[in-house]
This record gives sequence, C-alpha cells and structure tokens, in this order.
Amino acid sequence: MRIRTAGVIAASMLCLAGVAACGDSKDNDTKGGSAPSAAAASGELVIWADDKRSAALKPFAEKFGKENGVTVKVQAISKDQQTTFLTASQQGSGPDVMVGAHDWIGNLVQNGAIDPVQLTDAQKSGLQPGALKAVTFNSQTYGVPYATENIGLIRNTDLAPTAPATMEDLVAQGKKLVSEKKASEILCLQAGPTGDAYHAYPLYASAGGYLFGTTASGDYDPKDLGVGKPGSVAAFEKLRSLGEKGDGALKRSITPDNSVATFTGKKCAFLVSGPWATADAKKAGIKYDITAVPPFKGAKEATPFLGVQTFYVASKGKNKALAQEFVTNYVTTPELATALYQVDPRPPALTSVLDSVKSNDPDVAKWAEAGKNAIPLPAIPEMAAIWEPFGKAEAAVIGGADAKSTVDAAAKTISAAINK
Amino acid sequence: MTTQLEGPATRALPAPEVEEARSTSLLGQVVKIVLLGLVVATAIWGAFPLVENEYWAGLALLLATTAGLLYLYLTPRHIPAKYLVPGTLFLVVFQIFPVLYTASTAFTNFGDGHRGSKAEAITAIQTASVTRVPGSTEYQLKILTRGDVATGPLAFLITDPKTGQVSIGDGAGLKPADAVPPAGYTVLNAGQASARSKEITDFAVPTSTGAIRSSGLSRAYEGKAVRAYDFASDSIRDTTDGKVWKADDAIGSFVAADGDRLAQGWKVGVGFSNFTRVLTDDTIASSFLGTLVWDFLFAIGSTGGTFLLGMFCAIALQSTRMRFRGLYRILMVLPYAMPSFAMLLVWRDMFNTDFGLINNVLGIHVDWLGTPITAQLAVLLVQLWLGYPYMFLVTTGALQAIPAELTDATKVDGAGPFQAFRAIKLPLLLVALTPLLISSFAFNFNNFNAIYLTTEGGPFPADNPNAGATDLLITYTYRLAFGGSGAQYGFAAAISIFIFLIVAVVSGVSFRRTRAQEEVYS
Repeated sequence: MRIRTAGVIAASMLCLAGVAACGDSKDNDTKGGSAPSAAAASGELVIWADDKRSAALKPFAEKFGKENGVTVKVQAISKDQQTTFLTASQQGSGPDVMVGAHDWIGNLVQNGAIDPVQLTDAQKSGLQPGALKAVTFNSQTYGVPYATENIGLIRNTDLAPTAPATMEDLVAQGKKLVSEKKASEILCLQAGPTGDAYHAYPLYASAGGYLFGTTASGDYDPKDLGVGKPGSVAAFEKLRSLGEKGDGALKRSITPDNSVATFTGKKCAFLVSGPWATADAKKAGIKYDITAVPPFKGAKEATPFLGVQTFYVASKGKNKALAQEFVTNYVTTPELATALYQVDPRPPALTSVLDSVKSNDPDVAKWAEAGKNAIPLPAIPEMAAIWEPFGKAEAAVIGGADAKSTVDAAAKTISAAINK
Repeated sequence: MTTQLEGPATRALPAPEVEEARSTSLLGQVVKIVLLGLVVATAIWGAFPLVENEYWAGLALLLATTAGLLYLYLTPRHIPAKYLVPGTLFLVVFQIFPVLYTASTAFTNFGDGHRGSKAEAITAIQTASVTRVPGSTEYQLKILTRGDVATGPLAFLITDPKTGQVSIGDGAGLKPADAVPPAGYTVLNAGQASARSKEITDFAVPTSTGAIRSSGLSRAYEGKAVRAYDFASDSIRDTTDGKVWKADDAIGSFVAADGDRLAQGWKVGVGFSNFTRVLTDDTIASSFLGTLVWDFLFAIGSTGGTFLLGMFCAIALQSTRMRFRGLYRILMVLPYAMPSFAMLLVWRDMFNTDFGLINNVLGIHVDWLGTPITAQLAVLLVQLWLGYPYMFLVTTGALQAIPAELTDATKVDGAGPFQAFRAIKLPLLLVALTPLLISSFAFNFNNFNAIYLTTEGGPFPADNPNAGATDLLITYTYRLAFGGSGAQYGFAAAISIFIFLIVAVVSGVSFRRTRAQEEVYS
C-alpha cells in the first residue's frame, strides 16, 4: 500500500512537473506555433484596448470583420496597457492594433513596437490640427487619433457665478468663499505629497515655464530642457506664492484621490480637472460650468496638455496589411468616432464629429473650448524623466521650499536621466 | 477500497510483497501510462514553437528532460530518483531558472530602447523612415495574383483617382493594365489578402522616385525609405542629408559622429557596467547610506514592534481569568484578514493633513507625511497595525506548546510571574520564533508595498527628488531603474542582486546566532 500511494504521488508530481517543465515553452507557443496557421486560414485581426473602449469597439469590429470576410477579435487589457503591449510584442504574441494614449509613441517607437501610418491629405485635414500634431513623431504619423482630452477649470456656479479671468481673481473669489464659510478650500487642484506635473502644467506654462523646446521640424527637442531655465524658476516662485506658506490655494493635502470628491462635496468652488470629473459632478447634482484654466494676471496663456487617444498599428502584428486597412480607412470614419464618444464622452478628434456632437452636448463643446490652446503632451521618450522630479519639485515649493534651489535640483535629476 | 480487502492478507503474510506489487500494477500501469503520455504530449506541444523559432538549445533541453523522465519512470530501478526528480524539476523551473535569468539580465542593457535584436532594430529604423514622396499620388489599390489565391505571385492593381489610369505593378515596375481585372489575374478579397498580410506589407513596386507600397488593403502610396542599412560598413545612412550612424555593439546603438544616437537600439552584453554604475553613480552614492540605515531601522522597527505588541496580546489572552477570549482573538486577527494593499491606501488617506481621519479626530494639524520624522513614524504605525496579528497568532501557538509544568515549577521555586516569563517562557518563545522574526525582517527589508502605497518614499528634500525620507532600498532603486528614463531591466537586475546580497548576509548571520541559541536552550 505504501508503495502504491507513493507511486500515485510520484506520478501526479510527474504530471505537474511535466506541465511545469513545459510551462516556459507555453509563452513561446503563442509566439508562432498555432496562432499564425489559424490566422492564415481565416485572416484574423486582433485589437487590444482597455475595458471600456473594447466594449465600444466590439460591434464595429464585428461589422468590419463581416464586410471584409475576416475574424476580428477585440481583447480587453485591463491594466498596464503600454507595458503589456511592449512585452507581448517583444515575445511575438501581441495584437495587430493597439488602442492607447498618444504619449506612448516615443517609447513604442524606440522599442520598434509600432509602424507609421500613411494618411491621405483628405483624412489628415478631417482631423483636429492639435490631435494630428500629437501623433506626429520624427515627422511621421504613428497612429490615428480618435478623441482628445485636456484639463480645464470646473466651477460650481452656485458658489462662484462668474468665471475668473485670472488666477488672482480666482484666488480672491476663493478666499472670499472660505472667509464666508461657504467653502473650506480656495481651489481643488490635485498635487498630493509627491506633486502632479500634469495638473500643475497650465499654471507653470502661464508663469513662463516650458518643458522642451521645439526643433525646426516642430518636434519637441530633448536637448533643450526648459526645467531649470529662468522662466521655470519664475513659474515655481508663482506656485510657491499660491502654496501653503502663501495664499493657500495649492495644498499637498489635495490629492488625486480627494480632489474631485472635495469639489462634489461643495468644499471648494473651483476644480482643475478633466472630462472624467464631470460625470462625478453630474452624479452629485452640482451645477457647474467649464472654462479654460485662467492665466496669471498679465502673463501668458495657461495652456493645458492635450492628450490624444490613438489607434496604433503594431509592427510585430501578424496581420499588418489588415491592421493598416482598419486603422487608416475605418477608424477615420465618423460612425466609429461617434460610438466611442458615446462610451466615453470626450471631444472626438474628427472635426466633423466634434461639430455634430457639440450641438447635443454642451460639456464637450466647453471642454474643446477650454483646450483650444492646449499643447500636445510631449511624446518623446525623454518625457518619462520629467514626471517624478517635476512633481516632487512642485510639492516641495507648495510646501514652502525655496524655488530656485528646488528647480535646479529637479533639472539636474532630469538631465542626468536623459543623458544616462 | 482495494486496500481494505487486501489489508488483512498482507498483514498476515509478510512475504508476498511481490504479489502486492503485481496487484497494484494494473491500475498503477494505467495511471503511469496516462501521465507519461501527458508528459510526452506537452513535450511535443512545446517542441513546435521551439523548432519554429529555432531555439535549438531549448529543444535539446526539452528532449533530454522528456527522455530522462520516460527512462526514469519506465525502468524499475532508481527508486530514490523517482521521488527526488519531480521536486528537483520544480526547484529548477521556479527557483534556479528565475535567479539565473535575473543574473544574466544584470549583464545586459535590456530595457526600453534595447529590447530586441539588432536585426529588429534595423528593420524598425528602415520601416520608420519610409515617407510619402512629396507631391505623389494617393492610389486606390486592389491586390491581384496570378494562379492560386493562397500562394500565387502577387501584383498590385492601382488606380490613379485623378486620371482614372489603371496600372499593374509587380517587382519589375508599373505597366498599364488592359482591363479590370487584367487577363490572367484574380483579385483577392479582403479575407484572402489578409491571410497573406506579411507578403503584402513587404511588397513594393519600384518607381523612379521610390516604391509603391500598400497602406492597408485599399490604398497605395509612393514612398521612399529615407534611412537604409549598409551591411558592409555596418551603419545606417540617411539618403536625404547623407548623415551616417555607425553601429556600436558595445552599447547596442547606432551612433553618429556628432554623438547623436538613433532611438532604436538592441540588447547587448555590457559586462559589469550595471554593477559599477550602482557603485560609482553620484546620485546613488550620495543617498545610499542614509537609505540603508533607514531601511534597517524600518525592518527592525516593523519586526520588533509587531512582535512586542503581538506577544503582549498573546500573553494577555493566554490568561484564563480573561473573559470573552475567543471574541478578542477574532477581533485581533481582523487587520490580518484585510487585504494589506487596500489598507495601506486607506491609511495613507487617514494621514492626510487637511482631510485625514487622524488629524480630524484628534483635532490636530500635523503634516504627517510631509516631514521626515512624522512620515517615518506613520509608516511604522501602519506596519504595526498590519503586522501584529500575525505575531499574535504565532506567539499564541508557541505559548501553547510550552508545557505548563515549567511555569508551575517556577512558582514552586518562588518566582513571580514576570520572572517566570523572563527566565523560562521568553527564551523558549524566542527559540521557536527567531526563524520567523528573521524572515519577517527579510520581508520588511524589501517591503515595497508598505512604502510605495503610503508615502511613495517621500517626503523628499527640496534639493533631491531622488531619495525620500521613507525610501527603502527597493523603492529607491525602483525609482532609479524604472522612473527616469523608462524601464531599465538590466540595471534593475544588478541592483536586486546587491539587495539580495545584503539580505542574505543579514539573514545568514542571524540564523547562525539562532543556532547557537538553540544549542544553549535545548
């Protein structure tokens, strides 16, 4: 009996071991083994997108598949889309089409993961210029944009009936509300203990700072770093004066997790955020209006970043010709843009769709208006070096640290990371 | 069930071992054949992709392993090996292989911009440089073939939308088409075309100014690869301005004379440079010592604090005079049952200066996560809350294993309860728990979540965004390897080897001391 039991255990271990030993070859299997032969039989297009968008894409993908006699698979990737895509395409098990943010482009290109797309002049002119510029990298178009997003100022119209023209005006209105106990915060602009470069950028730009200069061809130039230049020091001085030791409009205790909730809880009249926050405001029954982030008095425009949701053609895809067909000739159709807008209401990148949507949805029109002067979020790989040091420098000056030395330290860290 | 029937017989007759072996053999043989069949099946399943991708070493390993397993379990000999091999295989697959992989990665520049092979980088550079010839026409495209739709030679049927001129293009160039579709050709539908996707993407019809390529299945454009790879000089040349980037196999990049680097690089071995970078980099050296000291304090503080509190509670609840002991024990284990991932985020919000529960309840205005000391205190408090139920559980277990007679004996000797605890229980507890304390220390030394989800390593001094006051070595190096310039797996692997060495040394020394302690008390 002992021998038998041991035999069964050994055998089942063996079975597991067999599975385990071949476990590492399982990845390789998806690499080439059966997938291409299956694709070869029917012609298969694989699209990856996040959960929300993949649900919206499914009916259109099916329609495209039916029209062209191919199978289209839409797969939802719920998190870390960019890393998952990179790792998968490196192993050869990635999709043919990837849906994601435009600021991935630099990193995806340097890893050889996406191919340029060739749009006709007519297709190009149908897109909003900013969206087209955002997906242009090294003078090539790397994806087809379908929606844009930018931050703006969301204002509780019950508390603050008039839109502030300048930052100083906003602070004055906010201070008044706080002193009248109608609100507890002047402004809800998320910073958190480690800062938030994305949300701070409009103020930084208004006060004269920039991140990267541009080359002759209009691309961002990683060699011309704006952080550490006199303009950036002046901008951080402004942030400092709005911070905890100054007006108290910027606070590290307002974090990405509580900024929207504080606004919908009517504790502040002004929220700097994006289209994703309006859903919460609607749900909370707040009367709101959306305007551009106001500039400092007598300063430059407060330009927010323009983010663009994009369809990419994967360079390691198994069905690139079909992927090109789908991305360049199908994603540019108004029907798909409208459907994606209905899932996630952000301004569509196609000008014609944006115009038709505007009439039914005043919010979208206002977001587009607030982002009129937005500049594309830099997509160069060097941008990765900006986020953390910039954010921490922001948090430090909001807490009251000296602007000049803080910016200098951030600039040193950023250039060290760029020139590593 | 068969055992029950055979049971008495075998017990009565010790001799017929052989008979039992034979009687098990039918079922045993079937199970064995099925399992070995599975092994062979998975091996064959795994072999195809290995062959396809020409991983001959992997294939040889797979064959050798399978053959070895088949031999081992089909022969009646090598009984000990039959027991040992499955465990050894697991060890190799799940322990040794990842360690070797990490170690080998540490000697490469693997990371963003250097993920693939040189051939892939060259392809990516050339593909990325194909641009539309300025002022060229955008054609309508149909894909043709002569012969079988799945294998026949391809041709492009292109229509100029302005003039209506229809032409056939193939490897030889463009020629006017006589009809649509031209005689002898078949037009591929989308399904048939997409099945030959790769050929179509690679297909180019040469023209005087470039080549006509497909853009999808219904459009074509005249494009030109601006950058071309020259095999002889191992370099990339830009055809418009003549700039040349030479391959540098030491760093895995194409570098121009002026120092300009092409974005797409490839993976190369870089020797010890990742390791030397850890040791010589100024930013690392300047804050390494402070981070290391705090890392030790954090690991010792978390382990010691949770142990003391856990032990205190365990002893308190050991007393039979305590009522509702069961209820207290359940309450005590509650923090342990919560997912620490979520609880860390909740705690972070509770420490918020303006909106946090702690300041609001206590009516104070402490910038908890904003100053070094309070932030360090805060993370230790969170660790204490999360960790003491575990220590409570193990201490309760260990306490129950200590015989009551020992305590009774101390009473007889006239010792008070504290004296009895100090002289008898604590040493015995420590003998049992020290290995757990050491592993807890090793875990907390690298407790990434505890820091990253609460403070992200902050607060950071204004003049150094690299090293925060609550940064552990692991969060600090994570930022270095994955923060600034994209993912650098090679560098990260080198750092993790350093951290492994530190933890291994500390644990090794502690275990040595425990053994000495055990010898004293056993």
